[in-house]
Amino acid sequence: MGVEIRVDGLTKAFGRQVIWEDVSLTLPSGEISVLLGPSGTGKSVFLKTLVGLLRPDAGGIWIEGQDLTRLTEHKLYEVRKLFGVLFQDGALFGSMNLYDNIAFPLREHTRKSEAAIRDNVLEKMEMVGLSGEGGKLPGEISGGMRKRAGLARALVLEPEIVLFDEPDSGLDPVRTALINQLIVDLNAKTGATFLIVTHDINTARTVPDNIGMLFRRELVMFGPREMLLSSTEPAVRQFLNARTQGPIGMSEEKDISELEAEVALGHDPGHLPPIPPQLLPSDRRLRASQHPPGEWCMANGVLPPEGSFVDDEGRDWTREWPRYVQAASLGAAGYYGPGDHR
Amino acid sequence: MADGAVNLGLREPGRLFAMSLDTFRAMFRRPFYLAEAIQQAWFIAKVTIIPTMLVSIPFGAVLALQIGNLVRQLGAQSYTGSVAVLAIVREASPIVTALLVAGAAGSAICADLGARKIREEIDAMEVLGINPLQRLVVPRVVAAAFVAVFLNGLVSVVGIMGGYVFNVMLQGGTPGAYMASFAQLTQIEDLWIGEFKALLFGILAALVASYKGLTAGGGPKGVGDAVNQTVVITFMLLFAVNFVITAIYGQLVPAKGM
Repeated sequence: MGVEIRVDGLTKAFGRQVIWEDVSLTLPSGEISVLLGPSGTGKSVFLKTLVGLLRPDAGGIWIEGQDLTRLTEHKLYEVRKLFGVLFQDGALFGSMNLYDNIAFPLREHTRKSEAAIRDNVLEKMEMVGLSGEGGKLPGEISGGMRKRAGLARALVLEPEIVLFDEPDSGLDPVRTALINQLIVDLNAKTGATFLIVTHDINTARTVPDNIGMLFRRELVMFGPREMLLSSTEPAVRQFLNARTQGPIGMSEEKDISELEAEVALGHDPGHLPPIPPQLLPSDRRLRASQHPPGEWCMANGVLPPEGSFVDDEGRDWTREWPRYVQAASLGAAGYYGPGDHR
Repeated sequence: MADGAVNLGLREPGRLFAMSLDTFRAMFRRPFYLAEAIQQAWFIAKVTIIPTMLVSIPFGAVLALQIGNLVRQLGAQSYTGSVAVLAIVREASPIVTALLVAGAAGSAICADLGARKIREEIDAMEVLGINPLQRLVVPRVVAAAFVAVFLNGLVSVVGIMGGYVFNVMLQGGTPGAYMASFAQLTQIEDLWIGEFKALLFGILAALVASYKGLTAGGGPKGVGDAVNQTVVITFMLLFAVNFVITAIYGQLVPAKGM
């Protein structure tokens, strides 16, 4: 049921080039977190450091009371069994077909019979919408299918922590929306801790419980979704709203003269757009870790921008929420969906 | 980390050595991936057997031609066979084996692992809790060593046959003289040392190729570079090792008198 990851003062450099330094954050157990950042800020490096593929230069990664950065190789392989990782291109084994790819972790780590493995693999393939495609080789299928197959393989050992390296890169908007829905549904079903590395702001705005942002070799901010979506920190505001005005430039960051020119021209960083309602699992039953809309804003005395938490159909989720909490606690029998205004 | 002299001269060999030690440790850890080893042995055999034979025939022939001329000038035609056998079993076989193991098997191993590395397959494997050294490198090292030993035997047989054909048919040597002097200079230790060299060459070539493959980076070009470096480094390494072993062998095992 999910594991908490505490990252403490993490620093990584390649030679003299510091990628990021002194990154501290806690990924709460069972919640979905998103790590954002402009291209080239070391988001993927952070992900790889988190699973111990890269050794940090300083700091610690604490999982279940163990510091991952100080484990022996043998113990690291044990701890990694807690993790499922979806790599950018799926990272499927090119010499095996999809079925064997997904069955690989089970065959290596469990003593299950082929029949039991088959049931498990077919279930996971159905979950990611790949039923009947098991015989195909990774080279024969599209990027989206490779991603979904990679996801099925990452989930087959039922990990406590799932890391996604740009699940939306190279996918069309419909496929991105579908994979986002899949991520939310998986979190609702498994209760594992999720970390998504992305620069898709639509994903960042609607999917996670927490958002973090890397910029200029440091973690600018990490916290609840509403905190970052209502933040006036220039880099965070610029990135989450996809503006050209702000400290982020074409090449990493703008210099002072460019910023001064912007101010002189009277560029307004713009008012904050409304905070969208969070994506719900497709069966509309709330995830265990889901926070009520507006909770953070209320608790911290922040007035959310006008029109926040209202969905495309005009429903205000701060009002709808209690109904769903009640429905979720009633279970399947008492469940009613968003269309049933009885 | 620039490609400075220190990096090239010390760090890379150091890392290769460290990986080799880890590989030997992993070799004796359960499970041993026998299926992968057999598959790799078959693969390496497939890419090396035909080229090995095709290289051995002219190699044996060239030796026969050179030695045949020299021996005839010295008036020692009756020793043609023994000299050819000595040259082939002691030196030519390990050298040809080294060329083929490095050029064909090493480059294939490096290209395979390098492609897996840049597709993040190696990372994925590590994340799935499987040690790539144990799962991929150990079976390849075992397979390359296994196949190299047999390749050495193959080169000896084909090379001697080639030498025989050229000596007897083209240089007018007599089959009887060739056969009679066959084992006059050669002793069984020569074969053993050839096989030992081949074993070592197989291990070294597979280790260098695996190291270069697993550290490939920078996209498809990086894999190409890694393969190129594998072949060059392995050639230099194997020829150097060959020299050292031959020198030690010469001191340890007395030559057979006539």
